[in-house]
Amino acid sequence: MASKLSLAYFLSGGCGGCDMAIVDLSETLVDVLPHLEVVFWAPTVADVKYKDFEAMPDNSVDVGFYSGMVRLGEQEHIARVMRQKCKVLVAYGACAALGGIPGMGNMHSKEEIFRTAYFDTYSTDNPEGIIPQTRCVVDGKYELTLPEFYGYVRTLQDVVPVDYFVGGCPPHHSFVGQAILAILQGKLEQPGTWITSGKSVCDVCDRNPVLKGKEREPIKEIKRTIEGIPEEGECLLEQGYICLGPVTQGDCGSLCPKVNIPCRGCSGPIPAVEDFGLRAVGAIAGLLENEELVNHIPSPAKLFYRHSLPASLLGKKVR
Amino acid sequence: MVAVKKIEINPMTRLEGHGKITIFLDEQGNVDNAFFQTVELRGYERFIRGMPIEEVPRTISTICGVCRCVHFTASVKAADAVYQVEPTPTARKIRELVLNSHYVEDHAAILYALGFPDFVVGPTASPSERNLIGLIQAVGAETGKLVLKKRRAAVKVIEMLAGKPIHPVAALPGGWSKRVTEEERREILNLANEMVELARLTLKVFEDVVLKNKDYMELVTGDVYKVVVNYMGTVDEKNRVQYYDGTQQIVDTEGREIGRFTGKGYLDFIAERVLPWSYLKMPYLKPLGYKGIVDGPGTSLYCVGPLARLNVAEGMDTPLAQEAFEKMFATFGVKPVHYTLAYHWARVIELLNAAEKVKQIAADESIISPDIRAKLGKPSEGVGIIEACRGTLIHHYKTDDSGVVQEANLIVATTHNKGPINVAVKRAAAHFIRNGKVDEGISNLIEIAYRPYDICLACATHVLPGRLPVEIDIYDHRGELLKTLRNF
Repeated sequence: MASKLSLAYFLSGGCGGCDMAIVDLSETLVDVLPHLEVVFWAPTVADVKYKDFEAMPDNSVDVGFYSGMVRLGEQEHIARVMRQKCKVLVAYGACAALGGIPGMGNMHSKEEIFRTAYFDTYSTDNPEGIIPQTRCVVDGKYELTLPEFYGYVRTLQDVVPVDYFVGGCPPHHSFVGQAILAILQGKLEQPGTWITSGKSVCDVCDRNPVLKGKEREPIKEIKRTIEGIPEEGECLLEQGYICLGPVTQGDCGSLCPKVNIPCRGCSGPIPAVEDFGLRAVGAIAGLLENEELVNHIPSPAKLFYRHSLPASLLGKKVR
Repeated sequence: MVAVKKIEINPMTRLEGHGKITIFLDEQGNVDNAFFQTVELRGYERFIRGMPIEEVPRTISTICGVCRCVHFTASVKAADAVYQVEPTPTARKIRELVLNSHYVEDHAAILYALGFPDFVVGPTASPSERNLIGLIQAVGAETGKLVLKKRRAAVKVIEMLAGKPIHPVAALPGGWSKRVTEEERREILNLANEMVELARLTLKVFEDVVLKNKDYMELVTGDVYKVVVNYMGTVDEKNRVQYYDGTQQIVDTEGREIGRFTGKGYLDFIAERVLPWSYLKMPYLKPLGYKGIVDGPGTSLYCVGPLARLNVAEGMDTPLAQEAFEKMFATFGVKPVHYTLAYHWARVIELLNAAEKVKQIAADESIISPDIRAKLGKPSEGVGIIEACRGTLIHHYKTDDSGVVQEANLIVATTHNKGPINVAVKRAAAHFIRNGKVDEGISNLIEIAYRPYDICLACATHVLPGRLPVEIDIYDHRGELLKTLRNF
């Protein structure tokens, strides 16, 4: 193992779950810390000043982890600074890599989102029809400003070149540990790839009939998770529950199917897939006994593109 | 123009969901007014429309990865109500196991990462030392390891029962997707013992570091960090603190009951005023009418969270927590307690309570019953209310007759506290900024005013708790920048 690895970490437009996955490394974290020199970790853990980070020589930091999607100017700025300073840049977690769940916001305009938040919600009290403003004067003397609300969510790759991608919403802490170890030991594939075993969720799923030497039965009906109780140990897809396991990286260890809940693709696409949702639609369609079944899948766009709309070929709602 | 100077405390500026504090000084350089602004909005209420309600809990959980189990739990309770169904007793107990385990890991994380560094390292210490890594260095790697190891027990229970340790998946309307085996029940019971040990250790650290330190206690009980508002929290039929379910109780600044509600009744008590200067709306108590951003008797502002819950309740439902509850109120000698730094104390008591509850439930052999799913009724509309670690969380959905979401309304913990946080910041600023003098230590002390609320703007706009980098810009009366202080 090389001497200390220098690390920069930035939480952008995310929920903090990816940070918590690192905290969840628990006592392993205390063991890993001596091997890391944290030069920047904003905003959650360490307070290294922006200007100190900006003043570091280019390519002076070994690895940068960027978590969360990109929507605001500041987020884009730090993405660019991180790219300059870091030898290796990692899009860490579903939001940075694919846009994540907040990426579903790309299906709606700013006007729709504002109307819901400030007019249409039940407990909203807005007698004067106010919409928050980027600049306003309160009581005739206090001038206050807000940043512009940006309409679209972008992935890190949309802003700067990314060396490695890590999937998961968030990645499971044990996989985070493996990924950090791979980086510490310099065991990475060529840049532009995902840090993954390459296996799908199905490849590691106890329910997979193929692993039991059987063939997968076609899907004969579509069921929602509220309908019926899945047979223990049997493939969820065969039982009619749409599961995105076939096209999703299995580095999570198939956590959702283990508790009888189908996969929604948070770990990102298996290798060589560009558009997760398209590939998922294709994979599921190929398993349906007849085409008519497609009509029984509720809100397919928000199912197949649950975690990856901004990274898709479409990216956002076209007007 | 009265305001001559404008100070902006700008946490990491334009990060998703981060807040911003702008302070106006008068001609003498004293505080004239202060505004706590929220600068982001993500639109969950809009984009979950069109999704089947059973897909909502696992999706809407991503509002916050720190509050990893709360949006999930509130939304599945709302989904129960949408389908006019009560979860089976077993399913309810499993949900309580998960929520209480989350309380243990979250309260522990917040206390060690956020609360204790202020006291262990000292409230005016450099921000670069007041963080989790600094604390681990201060207390020693072995102690750090021990705390993290015991906290891991809670995370493990969540994963075991709910699928993923962060953004869980196993909740379904009317129940739970996975049953508990006897082997798992025994393991959870062992893990619960570790959680109780963690809680007792944490209470001891709090007593040693804060309660035994005269200077800190003066800070805790001083008027600088005192905000006089109403309080709301969930109680059971014996008026004890509850997290998963119960009745919402609201008390006034003197502790007298203002009202009680469940479910859709929230609309009779809470309204959210839209402000032109913040993306976050500001709730107030509807029966009292909108009275602006002021505290004191008669205010329509109210607080939620650990201190609020203890203020509205008459006790805790587990023995060790009850003992700690009594000690806290005996120490202050008043109820409700309006000192915001008491939030940390209340958090320690709840940590103990939650750990004890996990142990109680895990000791109940009936949780291994296979009866984990109840039959659903016809879907329409439903409200789910829980106490998240940071306070009351309300999810409200309306669906079509196939259970697809048509409308959604969310009121999260930090949102309820918006008004009181604004008051707290203004009060601390007025105390520490005199004649235009603002130094870095002062900005830390102002931050301490809002930190006990454990502001979770990831939830509210849907920021992360943690020390927020802060920028203070000072303008003179001509609007020219005199000085900038930054810690990021």
